[in-house]
Formats: sequence, C-alpha cells, structure tokens
Amino acid sequence: MSVTYLEAIREAQTYLLREDKRVFIYGQDIAGKFGGAFKATKGLAEQFPGRVLNTPISEDAMVGTAIGAAMEGMRPIVEMQFADFSSIALNQILNNAGTQYWRTQVPCPITIRLPSGGTKGSGPFHSQSMEGIYSHYPGLVVLTPATVEDAYTMLIDAVAIDDPVIYCEHKYLYYHLKADALPKDRLPIGKARVVRPGRDLSIVTNSAMVHEALAVAQQFSADGIEIEVVDLRSVKPLDTDTVLASVARTGRLLCVGEAFPWGGVTAEVIARVTTEGFHLLDAAPARINAKDTPIPYHPNLWSEHRPNAKTIAAKVRQVLAE
Amino acid sequence: MLQTAERGASKSKKAPHKKYLEAFRIMLQTRVFEEKLASLYRGGMITGGVYLGKGQEAVSVACGLFLQKGDVFAPLIRDQAGRSAFGEPLLDVARTYLGSRQGPMRGRDGNIHRGCPKAGQLAMISHLGAMISVVVGKLLAKRMKGEKGFVGLTTIGEGGMQTGATHEGMNIAAVERVPLVVVATNNHYAYSTPNDRQFGCADLVDRAKGYGYEGSSVDGTDLAACLEVISAAVKRARAGRPPQLVVASTLRLAGHGEHDDASYVTDDIRREPFAQDALQRTEQFILEQELMDREALQQMRVEIAAEVDEAVATAQQEDTPVGSEEDWCAISTRELADQIP
Ligand SMILES: Cc1ncc(C[n+]2csc(CCOP(=O)(O)OP(=O)(O)O)c2C)c(N)n1
Ligand SMILES: [Mg+2]
Repeated sequence: MSVTYLEAIREAQTYLLREDKRVFIYGQDIAGKFGGAFKATKGLAEQFPGRVLNTPISEDAMVGTAIGAAMEGMRPIVEMQFADFSSIALNQILNNAGTQYWRTQVPCPITIRLPSGGTKGSGPFHSQSMEGIYSHYPGLVVLTPATVEDAYTMLIDAVAIDDPVIYCEHKYLYYHLKADALPKDRLPIGKARVVRPGRDLSIVTNSAMVHEALAVAQQFSADGIEIEVVDLRSVKPLDTDTVLASVARTGRLLCVGEAFPWGGVTAEVIARVTTEGFHLLDAAPARINAKDTPIPYHPNLWSEHRPNAKTIAAKVRQVLAE
Repeated sequence: MLQTAERGASKSKKAPHKKYLEAFRIMLQTRVFEEKLASLYRGGMITGGVYLGKGQEAVSVACGLFLQKGDVFAPLIRDQAGRSAFGEPLLDVARTYLGSRQGPMRGRDGNIHRGCPKAGQLAMISHLGAMISVVVGKLLAKRMKGEKGFVGLTTIGEGGMQTGATHEGMNIAAVERVPLVVVATNNHYAYSTPNDRQFGCADLVDRAKGYGYEGSSVDGTDLAACLEVISAAVKRARAGRPPQLVVASTLRLAGHGEHDDASYVTDDIRREPFAQDALQRTEQFILEQELMDREALQQMRVEIAAEVDEAVATAQQEDTPVGSEEDWCAISTRELADQIP
C-alpha cells in the first residue's frame, strides 16, 4: 500500500470527522460525489452526512461563518479552492480570527486549508505561497507540511489547536509525494526537522522547496560536500532553536523559499540567525526566493521564476566560496 | 429597570406596545449616558473616539429587546440602546470607554469595539459587514449542536450595506437558512457621504427579494413602529421563516463621531420627517397619551442620571492597564506562541 500527500490530507480529515463530532468541513465544491477541486474530500460527504458542506463562492463569508461556529464550540475546517483566493478572506482571517482571542478571551479554533504553491501552467492566480503574509499577523498559527507524514499528523494537530491555523498544503506535492503508510508517530507542531544531516552548510526551507533542497544536497554529496537540510514544518511558531543548532554545526546558512522575495519566511530566519547567532556564522547568510513578479504561466518562465535545483546550487557555491 | 416606568404608568391608558415604556426608559438612559460620554470626550477624559446613536435609539432598542438567552446579537457603533436592552451593563461601557482594566476588553480594545461573546453579544471589528457571517456561523453551530428556538440579530448602516462582506454574509445566511435578522438603518449619512453616492437602488429593502429574505421597512423615529416591525421580524426568524431584512429610516443626529461637526448635513435633510428625534417624539407621545405624568418622567431622569454617574465614577476610579503587566500573547495555546528573539 502507498499513500500520497493528497490522500494523507483526505485520511486526516476522515479521521477527524470520525473521531470528533465538532469537526465539519466548509468549502466550495467539496461535497457530493465531486469531492473538491483536488478531491481532498472525495467520499467524505457521503460518509459523514451534513458535515461536509458546499458553500457559495464567498471566501469572506466562509471564514466568517467558520469563526462564528468555532466560537460556538465547533472545529470547522475551511477548504479554500486555491490559497490565492484566501486574499478575499484576508480581513476575516487577520482581523476577526486573529484578534478574537486577544480581544475577548474566546478562542477561535478554525483550520483553513490553503492549496498552495506552484505547478506548471497555473499562472499568477493559482500558484501563490502565502505563509509569509499570514505569519506576519498576530494570532495565527501557520503550518507548511512538506511530507506525506506531516500532511497527515499536522492536519490532525491543527484541528486540535485552540487557535486559528493556516494549513498550507502544497499542490505539487499532492500527487508527487508517496509514503508507504500513514505515520504512527508525530513530531509536535512548532518543531523543525533536520531532514538530512550535514556539516558544510545549512539549507533552511519549507514546503515543496524541502525536496529541491534535498536534491541539491544529494548532488553536492557526490563531491564530498555535506549540506544539512532543515524543514521548518511550522512557519509560525518558528523553531529558531533547531535552526541555530544547525547553523552551529555548519557555520553557513542558505534560506530557500518559494514565496515572493520581499520580507517573508527566509528574511525572518536570517534576521533571527544574525541577531541570535551571529557568532555561529562563518559567512554571510544568503537567501533565495521566487522572483519579484507575478507567477508566470508558461512552464519555461515558471521554472525560472521559482528557486530550482540549478539556482539553489549556484547560491550554495557562492556561500561556500565565502 | 422598569421601576419608574411602571410606577409612572397610568392605569387607564394603554401603551401602543407592551414594551413601550421599558423601551423608552432604555432610550432615555442611552441619551443621558451618551451625553455624558460626549462631555467626557470634550473634557479630554476619553482616549480615542466616541460614537453616538443619537436619533437611532428607537430602532436600536428594538433590536435588543426581543432577544433572549441563547440568541446572538452583533451590534455596531450606534447601538448603545440595543446593547443595554440586550443586557449589557452600563459599567461595561464606561469601563471600555475609560480604559479600565476591569472592563470586558481590559484596555485591549475600546469604545464601541466591545462585547461579551459568552453572553451572546459579539465584539464588533471595525470592518463593516464582517460580523454578519460570524453570526451565521454561530447560528449554524447552534443548529448542529441541536439547540432550538434561537435567533441572531445584527445591525448595519446604509453605508455598511455596500461592502462585499455584507453581500457575502447576507447571501450565505440565506443559503444556510439560519434564523437571522439584519436591521439596516439608513440614517442618510455614512460618515459624510449621502445616499446618492452610496447606492443606486430605489430602496434598500428591495434587496430582500434578491437575497431570498423577507423584507420590511420602518420609520425609525416611531418607537411603536420599531417595536412592532422588529419584534415581528425576530418572531418570524425564530419560527423558521427565511432571514429577515428590516430597513429603518432616520437621520444621524450627531456627528459621525464626537470629533465630527457634521457640517455637511444639509438644512433640507434636517426638515425631512425621518429627521425627527425619536426620543423627543416618544416622550411627547407618552405625555400626550398620559402614559406617564411629568413628575414620573422627572423622577425617571433623576434615577437615570444617578445610574450613569455611578457607572462613570466607578470606572474612573479603576486602574488602567499597565504595559509591563500585560500578557503580550495573542493566542490561547501558549506553548505555540512564537518566541521572537
Ligand atoms: C470596511 C470599512 N471601510 C471603512 C470604514 C470606516 N467607517 C467607519 S463607520 C463609516 C461610515 C458607516 O456608515 P453607515 O454604514 O451608514 O453607518 P452609520 O455610521 O451611518 O451608522 C466608515 C466609512 C469601516 N469601518 N469599514
Ligand atoms: Mg449611515
């Protein structure tokens, strides 16, 4: 048996609906036989009548409704059809969900699933990685699972958290990642994972870029250069300790992110390492992100827009040369 | 709350609605309290804005008066009367405006951005239209949990009616068939903007049909009509009818906030029937119809003044929040708080 990243998300939701009566799923085209634009809820509406609900095309109201339901004791999961459309719900997420507990002491346990990141041909409005925006605002937990196992356990954990959680699932990983089985163990939310140990340079990254980084590390290993790869898993909270421990081992840091370059996760990691671990660095830290343009449609452009094995490798050489 | 209203009520005369005098007392209390808030503001005693419901007390009081325990109320900036009718203590208001750390918002939020969700009163965010879908979610969850007989009521202005969030929220309420009442008050200004730059339809109540709501209109200066129309809408929603849209007509008789002199309000509009002062109209009616005599009315004023003074004096004596003692954590799961170096 094998499980894809997408199946893990479906299995996690099956588990949640089965085990927790408070859970319901709210989103566009997710019910009926259709089961969602990516089939993440296929079969669930039949299995759990009345708990997988189609909504109108109203991202703002979908999240607002989830907020109200959560305040009333439910555990709604909102599926955005694409992360990009969550911009319509930005106000509800940032200003209503994100401020609720602090203002009123009433927790707001909603989970918003964002099908994120680029796949070729998807263009400017179906490719975005929005974890940086959500992490910038107080009151939210932001997760970016990069493996089948994390996709499963982190979604289950997300729903258990008493606060609003932005769960960024990567669309490229949906079908490309497979595991032998669903995981038995879990690493808690808030902990980063060293996915490949090394001694010469640390690549700190998240989501689909973890796999680009691993490919690059493999490549360098053939030449005797050992790159350590850290998968952040959770962007907020950010596991600064694990990152600093890695930099302490390697002395060199490269941050890789699929999101746009201004600010964001890579900048935050570098800010933390330089303020907290300046003495650990043997070279200036570097980062590589997507280009500062909308995400292009054509595969030839798209593959150059985001960091790829070639551009990451070039950056690695640059940092090693310092 | 009812004491003087009942004592002063003439036995022989019948009020036009059984809650008429109760409503009047809350309206009067609201006016007196808001005047006090305005004077505190002018005296520099209040940090931030002060927003009054002057002219809108009749609609607002009716919004709170027919709700019960288990219902959801999401008021906006002109709803002091409705909040009081729903059961919000004056002390909560004074504490919030004066920044007492004992208030429901503990200095974390102020003025009209207050509420007590556990008691059914949501704490509005500023973004107009954003609370409608939250009420829908509360109602949806109540239904999922098997509760029965509840309604939700939220208010909005004619300006707030024009946001995308309002449209999405009103529509999703109809899709979910939740027992929602939306009371829209057209007070003819949204900050400085009159109706002709706000919407193009003849009457906002016409939208009811488009949303699959039942719509009704009411003269917001006529307390009896407000009580009648809004209680009927609440009753219909409670009975499982589609969501209800009530559109009330008034004039905002204060500035947008106390910082605003409202010099843009035209003389012509001040002569319109909807520009009457609902409170004055109610008082006049009460005297004309001998529902209360002047003496009882005076007695009521004295009582109310004492209540208002007490709330303000109490809040003024209380400590304000201290930054060094504040818990600077925005999430409830403390172990997941991001540790920014
Ligand atoms: C989305 C949004 N945009 C702008 C504002 C700023 N604002 C606060 S109240 C207001 C006018 C509201 O007018 P209306 O809805 O008619 O209510 P009224 O003040 O007349 O009661 C504006 C523009 C806001 N709160 N929310
Ligand atoms: Mg208005």
